[in-house]
Amino acid sequence: MKKLLFVQSKPPHGSLQGQEGLDAILAGSAFVDCAILFSGDGIYQLLSRQHTDALASRDYAATYLALADYGVDQLYCVAADLKQRSLTMADLLLNPTLLDDAGVKALLHGADAILDF
Amino acid sequence: MLHTVNKSPDASALRQCLQFISVDDVLVLIEDGVYCGLSGKLCPANAIDSWLEGPSTAYAVLADVEARGLLGRIDPRVVLIDYQQLVSLCVAHPTSKRWS
Repeated sequence: MKKLLFVQSKPPHGSLQGQEGLDAILAGSAFVDCAILFSGDGIYQLLSRQHTDALASRDYAATYLALADYGVDQLYCVAADLKQRSLTMADLLLNPTLLDDAGVKALLHGADAILDF
Repeated sequence: MLHTVNKSPDASALRQCLQFISVDDVLVLIEDGVYCGLSGKLCPANAIDSWLEGPSTAYAVLADVEARGLLGRIDPRVVLIDYQQLVSLCVAHPTSKRWS
């Protein structure tokens, strides 16, 4: 089975990219093996306690909690990005696997296709 | 003059803004710009510190802060404002520059 790697690199709500990425992951998971890498500001998408009531933006972070039901259980993030932002797993909705730079390189090379959001 | 920043510190918007902003100007963090207001140790670039240490004021839109789960993480020197207050600031400063 082909392996798709979705890379989420943008913070939520400022653009639609994060939400579009997540929609693509849910669609892709019906057909192929999907993994997600949260890179740079993308990790902010997993920050808990997002309240979007006052914005015309959907609180799509909750949808990440449904990923397991879609069979998507390979979630990764860049350890250095987390550290740079003083974030810990306790700040996040889910617990992605921490990767060092070598781990990220291996993940990128192990994918059949990479979709950047 | 009013300056708005709507990108996180990972982009160059804040850096460029701080390069050209004057001490009497007002800085407003909107949309993804509110990540620039994260308190010192939480903010990757930490670039806004020099601005906050001076006599100048920085504002951040509360709705954007809440939407991103950042309430309680913003530097206490950054004043959180609602949309009404944002409009008042815009009216008080006829000239504005958007950094994005």
